Amino acid sequence: MAKAAPPLDIKAQTGFRTVAYLCLLVLYLPIAVLVIFSFNSGNQIMHWEGFGAGWYGSAFYNQDFHSAAITTMTIAAVATVISTIAATLAAIGMTRTKAWPGMAAAFMIINLPLMVPEIITAVATLSFFALLSTTIGLSFGLGNLILAHTVFCIPFAYMPIKARLEDMDLTLENAAADLYATPWNAFRRITLPLLVPGIASGAALAFIISFDDFTITQLVAGPGQTTLPLYIWTQIRLPLTPEINAISTILLLVSVAFIFMSFWIARERK
Amino acid sequence: MVELSKATAVALAAEKATITRNRWLSFPAVAIIIVFGILPLLIIIVYSFLKAAPYGGVEWRFSTNAYVSFLFQKDIFDDTLQFSPNYLIIYFRTFLYAVATTVVCLLLGFPTAYFMATRPPSQRNIWVLLITIPFWSNLLVRTLAVMLVIRDQGLINNTLMALHLIDKPITMLYTNFAIMLGLLYSFLPFMVLPLYSSLEKLDFRLVEAGHDLYASKRQVLWRVIVPLSMPGIVAGCLLVFIPALGAYVTPLILGGGRHLMIGDLIAQQFGTGRNWPLGSAQALILMAAVLVALYFYSRPGVKQGTHG
Amino acid sequence: MLKKLMLLASAATALSLGAQRALADGELHIYNWGDYTNPKLIEKFEKANNVKITMDSYDSNETMLSKVRTGDTGYDIVVPSDYTVKIMVDDGLLEKTEPNKMSNYKNIRPEAANVYWDDGRHYSVPWQFGSTTFAVNTEKFKGDINTLGILFNPPDELKGQINMLDDINSVIHAAERYAGVPRCGADKANLKKVNDVLQTAKPFWKTFSYDTRTKLVEGDVIASQIWNGDSYRGRQKVATITYAYPKEGVEGWMDNVAVLKGAKNLENAKLFQNFLMDPENAALISDFAGYDNGIKDSHKYAADAAWATSPELNPPAGAPKPEFVPPCSPDVVEIYNKIWTDLRK
Repeated sequence: MAKAAPPLDIKAQTGFRTVAYLCLLVLYLPIAVLVIFSFNSGNQIMHWEGFGAGWYGSAFYNQDFHSAAITTMTIAAVATVISTIAATLAAIGMTRTKAWPGMAAAFMIINLPLMVPEIITAVATLSFFALLSTTIGLSFGLGNLILAHTVFCIPFAYMPIKARLEDMDLTLENAAADLYATPWNAFRRITLPLLVPGIASGAALAFIISFDDFTITQLVAGPGQTTLPLYIWTQIRLPLTPEINAISTILLLVSVAFIFMSFWIARERK
Repeated sequence: MVELSKATAVALAAEKATITRNRWLSFPAVAIIIVFGILPLLIIIVYSFLKAAPYGGVEWRFSTNAYVSFLFQKDIFDDTLQFSPNYLIIYFRTFLYAVATTVVCLLLGFPTAYFMATRPPSQRNIWVLLITIPFWSNLLVRTLAVMLVIRDQGLINNTLMALHLIDKPITMLYTNFAIMLGLLYSFLPFMVLPLYSSLEKLDFRLVEAGHDLYASKRQVLWRVIVPLSMPGIVAGCLLVFIPALGAYVTPLILGGGRHLMIGDLIAQQFGTGRNWPLGSAQALILMAAVLVALYFYSRPGVKQGTHG
Repeated sequence: MLKKLMLLASAATALSLGAQRALADGELHIYNWGDYTNPKLIEKFEKANNVKITMDSYDSNETMLSKVRTGDTGYDIVVPSDYTVKIMVDDGLLEKTEPNKMSNYKNIRPEAANVYWDDGRHYSVPWQFGSTTFAVNTEKFKGDINTLGILFNPPDELKGQINMLDDINSVIHAAERYAGVPRCGADKANLKKVNDVLQTAKPFWKTFSYDTRTKLVEGDVIASQIWNGDSYRGRQKVATITYAYPKEGVEGWMDNVAVLKGAKNLENAKLFQNFLMDPENAALISDFAGYDNGIKDSHKYAADAAWATSPELNPPAGAPKPEFVPPCSPDVVEIYNKIWTDLRK
């Protein structure tokens, strides 16, 4: 019964630390390669010829990159706004409240885009807009893409908002009610400000999801509607230069920035 | 004659008002998704029962050609209807890829998530952030990154050749291996995060109890930790398996056109294949497979409470 | 915070709507093959006519046709290959813009004027034309390359190092030439031969892709089916990329600029068609992509003098003449589709 073994860390399992670090390596090695070779001053993408930031300059002056960036930002901004507003309203209507008839169905509908593989959504959306335009002649131009993006942004915006609502302390709102505040006032002055981190987090998520989308955008995009992921796709098919690394690194930085923001907002104001 | 007391009537009216209010609040989100998400799905259901127009699009004539040609083809040379496994092979291969990816992700992801969950709280946030970043970065960019590492003149081959360990590049890109690697790379965070979420809530007193009962570490792992984290494991597996089934970009870029997965097959029908009904049918068959997987997830006894 | 969100929303919506409205005057929407158009050409036209051009790309005739069929694409100009023009004319998809009456028509080469897909040029003007065979990086393979056996019965060093075009016609016609059977033939025994040739060769192919030049230059493959202009551009980067002229036969094609029926910017589209028939502009087109064009005297204006005399544009004596293949009949196309599905699974 004598415990002769050295002090046992009951939590540690053998080999798990190694696997964890291995995973990090696997996840970051390709990204690291991509970023490092964006500083390659040579012309051939994998032949290191020296350190230089020249390709960032070339990317900066690239007109196609500019217009793709503007298109992507426009779509993402509008889709984020619409989806975040819709998601906020829905979250308020479906969380911390007594279940109303049809609520389960509404919940399922809102989460539906998460469950359908993207390629199916893409071809369905393509068929839908094609049908609209051939039969009624109706097309929203860039709005087609914006609407398609909004659909899958809603569930992503919804999740953090709902989580935040569930976490929120009801006592403040009860106190407001006790002080005879109208429901609308209580909402505007107590609930909403407390909800802002959740909304901001949801908006950040929605933005990034729209920003990065490829499959749906590729099938649904019309003339002149090239987004950044589409632009990268066309560039990958041509002989590669480090410019694509530079552009990709810029995209990575945008993603990282948004994730940091989302994290930070969610952590503060607990 | 039943008379409701005034207070009850007011309460009921208030409740009804709340329900109406909640319904209206949820309306925008639900409406958008129904019109632009569900309606399109209904349209491709209809399309799958139509005839294909010669150069793309559909003709509004009922036909079960799409579903029939999924399994049967007129033999090229004697016109008899024959069982043709072409598409089934692609579905089966995709299924295998998805299962393999899920298994490998689980084998790598579980230890990682466990390790993360057992770090001191301050470190944990950093780990979560580190795992999350690739998850949110652009899939195209990440796949390009993988390509740069494994192609014939990529990082691995260049390094090995510079070190004179090989004299001809090892072909890794445009093979089944490349697709598997790409899928693994895309979906590893999808496995780690739910597992971590589940393991973080693990009550380590139970682990301690196991040790007090003289169980070895491995026994504790298999008999205590794994069963307790089952909801996380199931969630992680689903989050990997389902998107892997529908993967499109990864095999598109890393497969070189020779190794089709379901996603690429479907996209092909809407592009060069010019057979929208067939593409729709294939998409619906995929959707059916996904629904089956989800059904098994939602069966009572498997799901234990964690679902976002 | 809400106010700010509302502001942002209206700003963004206004921006996108404004962008749409800007489409109204002086515009042209072109749908062309990828990596095929000289930016200088676009600039020149934009400046000369005060027109804003947007250009999107596709990589195969089938993709373009498929997209056009989704209706109201918003494109004015498309660039179909020979057989595709015939299909589109027959289906009423193109505007009859009568290039033969335009001012620059006199510059067109006679052999490009009376072609089977647009006799007398009522719908389209020539863009570029060329041949399709394959190219090999002769640094890595030293044998004889002038036979389709390289693709269909490759020597050991090339096994698993070949890229084929993801194009049903290019691949099947090449197999027909190798098997020695006629193009678009309906004879079942011949088609079976073709099918066997393809199935036997498939394990030796690495990829199916239109990114032929990229794959050769990046060293992903050693041999690839390729168009001659692409091969020429590849050779500028890697000097040992050599264009082959297989004795079994060579495919020819011509891409044409046509206007979609119902195009919103019809007048600008016609101006563009006329613009392309000017020898200086034709030279700009060829300068970029490396193919020959259908306009007289453009060689005089070529920026790179070597281009006109390059081996990719000038087959050696005794090489087979490029063969232009009209669309096959629907029942043959059906069989082709089955062979192709079998091949691509």
